[in-house]
Amino acid sequence: MRTPTLRSWFWISPDDRNKPIAWQLQLLNWILAFFLLALLCYFSFSQLRYNWNWDTVGGYRNFFWRGWLNTVKISVLALVLSTFIGLIAALARRSGFLVLRAVSRLYVELVRGTPLLVQITFAFYVIADAFHFQDRFTVGLLTLSMFSGAFISEIIRGGIESVGASQLDSARAIGLTRIQTYRYVIFPQAIRLILPALAGMFANLIKDSSLLSVISIEEFTWNAQQVSALTYSNFECYIPLAFGYLILTLPITLWTQWLEKRTRYET
Amino acid sequence: MRLKATNLSKSFGSQIVLQNINLDLDQVHTLALIGPSGGGKSTLLRIIAGLEIPDSGTLFLNDREIIYREKELMAHRRTVGTVFQAFNLFPHLTALQNITLPLEKVHQCSPVEAHQVAEAILERFGLSEHGHKPPAQLSGGQRQRVAIARAISIKPKLLLFDEPTSALDPEMTAEVLEVIEELRKEGRDLVLVTHQMGFAHRVADQIALLSGGQIVECGPPKQLLDDPRSEITRQFLAKILKY
Repeated sequence: MRTPTLRSWFWISPDDRNKPIAWQLQLLNWILAFFLLALLCYFSFSQLRYNWNWDTVGGYRNFFWRGWLNTVKISVLALVLSTFIGLIAALARRSGFLVLRAVSRLYVELVRGTPLLVQITFAFYVIADAFHFQDRFTVGLLTLSMFSGAFISEIIRGGIESVGASQLDSARAIGLTRIQTYRYVIFPQAIRLILPALAGMFANLIKDSSLLSVISIEEFTWNAQQVSALTYSNFECYIPLAFGYLILTLPITLWTQWLEKRTRYET
Repeated sequence: MRLKATNLSKSFGSQIVLQNINLDLDQVHTLALIGPSGGGKSTLLRIIAGLEIPDSGTLFLNDREIIYREKELMAHRRTVGTVFQAFNLFPHLTALQNITLPLEKVHQCSPVEAHQVAEAILERFGLSEHGHKPPAQLSGGQRQRVAIARAISIKPKLLLFDEPTSALDPEMTAEVLEVIEELRKEGRDLVLVTHQMGFAHRVADQIALLSGGQIVECGPPKQLLDDPRSEITRQFLAKILKY
């Protein structure tokens, strides 16, 4: 057995790349990474001439909390809605009705190719306005869902197309109808493949909901901005904001990684 | 079965796969399609199975014309059982569920009934203990036997085998061929594409040799394999029997 050198604590030789890494080593290196991050933060903030004003901002705790809950609500609703929209768009793309295909393609390319900020502004101040529709929450929710739905439709389409031709052959051979083929053969296989990507999309969706603040929807970011304006403080508002989103996205990211691992083992 | 093909042709793009296939067989239980790769045997089988649509020509099965429109084809496919070279089982379902799916969703069996039918067939093929396993946990031979079980569970009027042993090693080939031979003995009607000449000789009533998209020769095994009339057949047999 080789004597452990300092180098062996931080470095894996190419020969050991496929071996599991001892948890002590993992922990050590994680701590080191956090230490480096802390160092950067400490240095940056120490250079800042800033009067911290946590107490004043702390008084708005409930306001933050309400915004955060609203963000959760919007995200969950948008997740359901965007999955539904994505599914419809993906199926429309494979429809026999050519106009549907074109509409779906146009929708996906336009939405994916333009900034969400522009879409939200446009949807609220032009489209919703034209229909005399003033409910910010609904417009915001729909816009965010349409935005995410475009990405989700591409994920779903990829999943559907990844189900092999031999499976479709088999489905036809046993006499399944088109709808039954989707229901019993394509979707159950596609869902396993796309679940990690969908979960990742959800994490994006949560962060993207922050842009709804531009049409004054009272979600987490907007509320933080309000407090910031009222109390003339910046970082006391934005730091909790960052953590508030991280609490939501981090579990999803970890779940995504777990899902990816599981799919890898299954195939 | 009675199988009658008239001027069947099929191309994929510019490649002609079948060219004016004519066949008139009566009182045949087992038809084996043999011939070199790319000769058109699988395509002919898939046309009989209703999985491929011919460009022209007609096909009669038991004196009923197969109408090559999606609606009629679906009805046709529900009356035949097709077994593929690559098994084509559904990987997300267990062996048992692979069999019950068509019974329940296509043939209107109750879940209990479908389950009973599937268990009985699995038991017959010696696969009872594997019913709960997904295909990934089965050997190639077991997978193909599950695929055959799925095909016969619906009581098809015709069974079609597209190179059922080409993806298997010799030992597993034997276990699958035994099952097919047993089905033949039951008096079921079979069409099979195969490279196993010995097997074709043993089970087939008629053998058709396809090459270059045409039926070069068709006749009883004894005559076609032992005393071929066509030069192409002779060359083909010489080539495959050499090793």
